[in-house]
Parts: sequence; structure tokens; C-alpha cells
Amino acid sequence: MARAELMDFDQALELFEPVIGLEVHVELNTTTKMFSSAPNPANSAFHGAEPNTLVSPVCLGLPGSLPVVNGDAVRKSISLGLALGCSIAESSRFARKNYFYPDLAKNYQISQYDEPIAFDGELEVEIEGGKTFMIPIERAHMEEDAGKLTHVGGSTGRIQGAEYSLVDYNRAGVPLVEIVTRPIFGAEADAPALAKAYVATIRDIAIALGISEARMERGNLRCDANVSLRPRGQEKLGTRTETKNVNSFRSIERAVRYEIQRQAAILAKGGTITQETRHWHEDTGATSAGRPKSDADDYRYFPEPDLVPVVPSAELIEELRAALPEAPAARRRRLKGEWGFTDLEFQDVANSGLLNEVAETVAAGASPAAARKWWTGELTRLANASERDVVELATPAQVAELAALVDAGTLTDRLARQVLEGVVAGEGSPQQIVDARGLAVVSDDGALIAAIDQALASQPDVLAKIRDGKVQAAGAVIGAVMKAMQGKADAARVRELVLERAAAVE
Amino acid sequence: MSEISAEQVAHLANLARIALTDEEIGHLTTELAQIMHAVEKVSEVATPDVPPTSHPIPMQNVYRDDVVGNTLTAEEALSGAPESDGSRFVVTAILGEEQ
Repeated sequence: MARAELMDFDQALELFEPVIGLEVHVELNTTTKMFSSAPNPANSAFHGAEPNTLVSPVCLGLPGSLPVVNGDAVRKSISLGLALGCSIAESSRFARKNYFYPDLAKNYQISQYDEPIAFDGELEVEIEGGKTFMIPIERAHMEEDAGKLTHVGGSTGRIQGAEYSLVDYNRAGVPLVEIVTRPIFGAEADAPALAKAYVATIRDIAIALGISEARMERGNLRCDANVSLRPRGQEKLGTRTETKNVNSFRSIERAVRYEIQRQAAILAKGGTITQETRHWHEDTGATSAGRPKSDADDYRYFPEPDLVPVVPSAELIEELRAALPEAPAARRRRLKGEWGFTDLEFQDVANSGLLNEVAETVAAGASPAAARKWWTGELTRLANASERDVVELATPAQVAELAALVDAGTLTDRLARQVLEGVVAGEGSPQQIVDARGLAVVSDDGALIAAIDQALASQPDVLAKIRDGKVQAAGAVIGAVMKAMQGKADAARVRELVLERAAAVE
Repeated sequence: MSEISAEQVAHLANLARIALTDEEIGHLTTELAQIMHAVEKVSEVATPDVPPTSHPIPMQNVYRDDVVGNTLTAEEALSGAPESDGSRFVVTAILGEEQ
């Protein structure tokens, strides 16, 4: 649907109530796959491997191969379930979801159906601006990821018009936890922002638990967004669509907003919504129709006969519960108080996904203000300029060391930025770069005075103005001195000395 | 008593990618109904005090340590493939059935 045909968002909200439901897939970062001892590409140690090199007979569904459950994946799934406030099933089992598509060679996916590992949870989610919502979690179940298809041929390279497909089974069998919400009511105009914040909260939980790399751009975290509208005052839920392929936090918000506007336009004209999956297109900012949604019956689920039930002991569950980190929403409230940030300053950090970096930098000794400044300022700028991930540019320890050098007066902000460029270029620790590049502030007053005297001598008119009480004229001398010192001087100290010398020199 | 319709058999055959003639659908409809009735007998003995059995052997919690084992090389993985590009399997494009 063209942009112009969409209904205005505010108007859509006047006529209809949006109801959303979110399915989030989290790839676990175990060393090996869910049912096979092949290396797991969702673990950063194996990321980017050549196609079909992280496979075993189980991943390829070869005759005679049998799955065996990865115990660590079960423990990580339970931890995630607990962090989502879920009950953990006393007994849980796997099921076969049958479908024919070459992304899984077995022609079925091992998943869970009627006995998921975790169910009935609740997650507190805070949106930008500080409003919080309780998101009801229906279930979190374990399953295996599918292989990756690349469609070749056709004019666009997209699936339509493809002539053949190339299959890489490295991802087949990667441990996944699928988290399914119940329908979320009452978000109203915040529905798009809430969808985004919910997935960001799951990302934070996964990182805090250390169970997933949780990087959306790598597909470690994926979101399918269900959206339906019902006319104001109507009890019955409207027909929903499920938008897939939403690969960034920003896209989640945009996709939900788009579906609300698209469905509203259709319903307002008396049309009906088709229950279907839709594909999100990042480039056009629109969704397009996919396949009609299959009924669960069509997957002909049945208990996986090759695997036995998962019956976690109460001791194991309590052990994992005791090891849970602080809930993200509570942690944010605590950090905001401890750091003394304004709402805006805190959101600046949180929305940049730099909460952990700033927290670790503060823990390493930096002031919260300095930690925030370096991460959301210069480092983010360098990351954008080089199209790299900001967290890969420097470590919290390096940033804390840099801040300490500034506090000690060894570096000015300007010099510190140069040191940071050195850190990003991998030249070593801030102190090593200061030594190697000779970047420390010239704190020797003798050297400064010599440069000041020279600058004053060469600009007698400026000297005269300063002596007449026009102190702002000192700027020209300070500039000349800073240039002579190659920027390695504290401008405030230079100013003090300039005024002193102007009064003293003959 | 469950009844099986010819439409259900045709639908199942389609899901299983099995081509059936009308004649085959006819006698499979009868046979499937008989199988269903036989299986229904289980529900007569499945009282609430009988726990469901998901495995013939009463076992639970069979796990593997999270340690890398033997893997195949890409060459080995592709050795049985009808067609490959040297590193990936080549399959006919199947449209619109992505799960």
C-alpha cells in the first residue's frame, strides 16, 4: 500500500484500538547446537564460518542420525523463562512441527507444542519517556533454528522470481527460545514504541543472563509482530497479521505503526483484513503480503519420539533463580538514581544501548557524567563515521582511564579526543598512547611563559588592548600559544598566564 | 466417533506432498476411519490416574554436555547432494512457503 493510502496514525487510533502480540526468537550462545554437538554459529567464537562447515549428520537429517538434547541449552532456557517471570514446567517435552521447506532437511522442526519449558510470565517494560507496561507472557519454548536460504535468479533477487535457492545448514539446529506474549491491550498510541521497548528489554535480559549474543543485525534476536485492530467499543478481536523479517529495533516500531495505518485504511473503507504473514521491507518502510497463515493443525504436531521428557528438578530451578540478575526495569531505575542523570540524559544512554558500557565505565572509576559523555559523544561519533559498532571501539576500562587522565589534568578534552582515536585504532591503553604520541598537556609554566612572551611581543596592539583592560583581546594570544603548543596546553591556565604576563612584561 | 472425509484425506495428502488418485482417496478414507476408531479405544482406558506416555522406556533428562564433537566438512556434507555450488546445496526455488 502506498504511503498516501495509509490512514493518518492519530485518526487510526481514534477509530480503532490496536492489539499487538509479539513473538521473539532468541538464539542461545551455547558452544554447540540444540540437538547436535556441531559448533553453534550463534556463539561469537563460530560466527561467520564458511557455509556447511558447522554441520553434523543430525543437522542434515541424515538417515540413522539421532538428536540428543544440549543440557546447557535447557539450563539457559530455564534461566530466560525465570527472568520473564514464568513458571517452569515440572515436565516438558519436544514435538515435531511438520512442514516441507528446504531450510530444514528433516522436513520437520523439533519444537515444543503442548508442554513448553516455561509459561505464564509477566515482564515490566518501560518505553521512552518513562511510562511502564506489564507485558503478559504466554509461553517460552525451546526449538531449533532452520538453515539459511539464498534465493538466486529472477530480476530482484527477492523470493519472487527466484530460479533456485542455495542452502547453508550452519544455522540449522541452533538453539532457540521462542517467547510468545498474550494479546497486549491498552498500549494505544504507544503500541509501536512498546513493541520496540519490549524487544529491547528481552535483549537486555539475554545479555544480563549471558545466554545470547542478542544482536539483532546478526539475527540472534528476531521479532515477529502480530497486529490487529478492533473498532472502538467492539469486544471481538479483529483479524491479525504477522509481520516477519523485522531486523532492527527501529524497524519493529515502524512496522507496527505501518500495519496500524494500513489496516485502518482497509477497515475504514469497509474492507477485510486477510490473516497472513507479511514481510517487512526496510528500504521502503512497508510490509507486503506473504503466505496465508497456516493453521497449527496443518503442522501435524506430535510428540518427538526420539527425545525423552525434560523434567527439571526443583533444586536446579531454585539454583538458576538465585543466580538471576536484577530485572532490567528495576536496574534502570537504580542506575538513574545512582548516576543522578536527568530523564533526558538517562534516555540518551539507554536508547543508544550503552547502559552496560556506562555502568562498567563508572564501576572502573569514572564519574557517571564523564562515562556518559565519552560513550554517547565522541565514541558514538567515531562509530558512526566508521560504520562500526560503538561497543567494539573501546573497553569501559580504557574509557575510565581516559577520564582519569582528563581529571588529573594530564589531558585536555581536545587531547583526550586524539587519545581516543588512538585507542580506537588499537594503539594501546590511553596512557600508552599519551606516552607514545607525546600528547600530554604541557604543564611546565616555563615553556608556556616563553610561548606567551613571544606571542605578546609579536602582537603589540593586542598587548596594549589587554593593558587597557580589554581582557577579551587575550583570545588572540591564547590561540597563538595553543597553536605553538600544538594544542597540548590547558587553555584556562594559558589565559591566566597571558593576563599575568601582559601586566608584567616591559 | 470421529468421521474422516475425503476432503480431509486430500488435505492431508497435500500437506504430506503425496499425490493421490480419487480412487486412492476413496479407500484411504475408509482405512483412515478404521484406524481412527482403533486408536480411539485408547481413550477408553486413559483415565486421569494413568500418566501419559511419551516414550516406550520410562526415561527423562537425557542430556549431552555442551562440547563440540565430530563435524562434517562442507565437501562431506555436500557429497550426497544432487546438486551444489561447491559450498551450498542447490534446491529448486520453492515460493511462498517460508516458515
